[in-house]
Formats: sequence, C-alpha cells, structure tokens
Amino acid sequence: MTPIGANTVLVVAAALFVLGLAAALTRKNIIFILIAVEVMLNASGLAFVAAGAKWHQPDGQVMFLFILAMAAAEISVGLALVLQIYHQHKTLDVEDLKELSD
Amino acid sequence: MAITRYHPVHALLYLVISFLAMAMIFLSLGAPFVAVLEVIIYAGAIIVLFIFVVMMLNLGKDTAQQESAWLRPRVWLIPALLSLVLFGEMATLLIAGAEDEMQIAVVDPKRLSMSLYGGYIIAVELIGFLLMAGIVGAAHIGKHPKKHLHRFLEEKEMGEHEINI
Repeated sequence: MTPIGANTVLVVAAALFVLGLAAALTRKNIIFILIAVEVMLNASGLAFVAAGAKWHQPDGQVMFLFILAMAAAEISVGLALVLQIYHQHKTLDVEDLKELSD
Repeated sequence: MAITRYHPVHALLYLVISFLAMAMIFLSLGAPFVAVLEVIIYAGAIIVLFIFVVMMLNLGKDTAQQESAWLRPRVWLIPALLSLVLFGEMATLLIAGAEDEMQIAVVDPKRLSMSLYGGYIIAVELIGFLLMAGIVGAAHIGKHPKKHLHRFLEEKEMGEHEINI
C-alpha cells in the first residue's frame, strides 16, 4: 500500500468542511442546511481518523464513533423539528421563520 | 455536488456518493471498522431518515424551483469567498508543515473496542445518555399536537354549524 501524507488527508478534510460551511451559509431550505451540517461533521470525523492513523492509536476512531452517535441524535431531533415546522408554517424557508427574532 | 443541487433527492443521492467515498478513504487509512460503520449508519440510516422526511413533506419540483430562484450568484458569492479564504488559511497552515509520510497500520476492531470500553467507558455512557435524550426528544417533538375538545363543546359546535346551514 502506498503511504499517504497526513497533510493530504487533512487538506481533503478541510476542503470538505469548507464546502459544508459555504452550503450552510448560503442555503435557505432547512433540509439543505441539515445536509451541509452532515458534510461538516463528516469532515471533522475524517480529520480525527487521519490523526489517529498517523499515530497508530485507536483514539481517533473512538472519537469518530462519538461523532457518529452525536450526528445520529442531532439529525433525528433536527428532522423532527423540520416536520413540526412544516406542519405549523407550511414552509421550510428560514427567512420566513421569524417568530423567535422579536 | 451534494450542496449545489436544487432538487432534494438529487442532493441526497450525491450525499450517498460522498459518504461512500469517505468510507473508501477510511479503508485506505487503515480503519476498516469505521469504514463499515460509515456505510451502515451514514449511508444507511441517516439517508433513510432524510428520504423519509422528504417523502413526508412531499418536496418536489416546487422546492427545486424555489431553490433555483433563491440561489442566485449574488447570494452565494460572498459566503463562498469567505469560506475560500478560510480554506486557503487552513491549506497554507497544513502545507507549511513538514510533509511526512504516514505508515499505514490497520487498527483492527479488537484494539478499537478494547480502547472504547477501557479508557473511554465514561464517554460511552455519556453518548448513551445523548442518544436516549435524542430519541425522547424526537419522539416528543414529532408528536402531532392533538386538539382536545370536550365532547359537549364538540356537539355544541357541530349543532351551531348545522343551524347556520
């Protein structure tokens, strides 16, 4: 197996994180924002696994498991909130949901 | 690609591709257990949740048209530029360091689970709490609010309705 530079993997993780960040900043639909958050969590998990692989320790993978569980909990609560918002407001546009901003 | 589509289902399909590619990266980094979990949980469970919600909300062509109307270059240009600046900073920081070749050593699931249930046992219990709270929260939030009407009130309303007719 050809060796991979640690920096290469970290640059890939940074690129994924930045893509997710840009999407989360620009999108207006809540579902797309949740997708972007998933991408960002995935990128941070990739950075953890790369760091763990560099020092031959399983700790990075343990951290990825925690991120995985956290993402699952977050996405279930988030999608329940999306359903509730859609039933009450009939829209998914974050600019129409201004009740909390008063 | 997952973040530029207008149609939600297309975005989800590209997201699946992204997760599978990430699993391949994990496999080449010597983490087979994590790669398998990535495919099962991310590309399996979370995508199914997303698709389920998209189906329930019946998002289709209308949403795609709304998105394409919202997503003009004027809107996404400045955040994209700022994110690009951030990426440039991170990349220069990473490249400025010495490039060292990683020796890939496969961390087998046995070592992973020994570490998980050895030193990280408190964190495992805490993540159990978090998942439990997530389940309870999702079940509570997702519950339909029922309209509670007393049966006399209901009959009275119906009676008035009939009278009005």
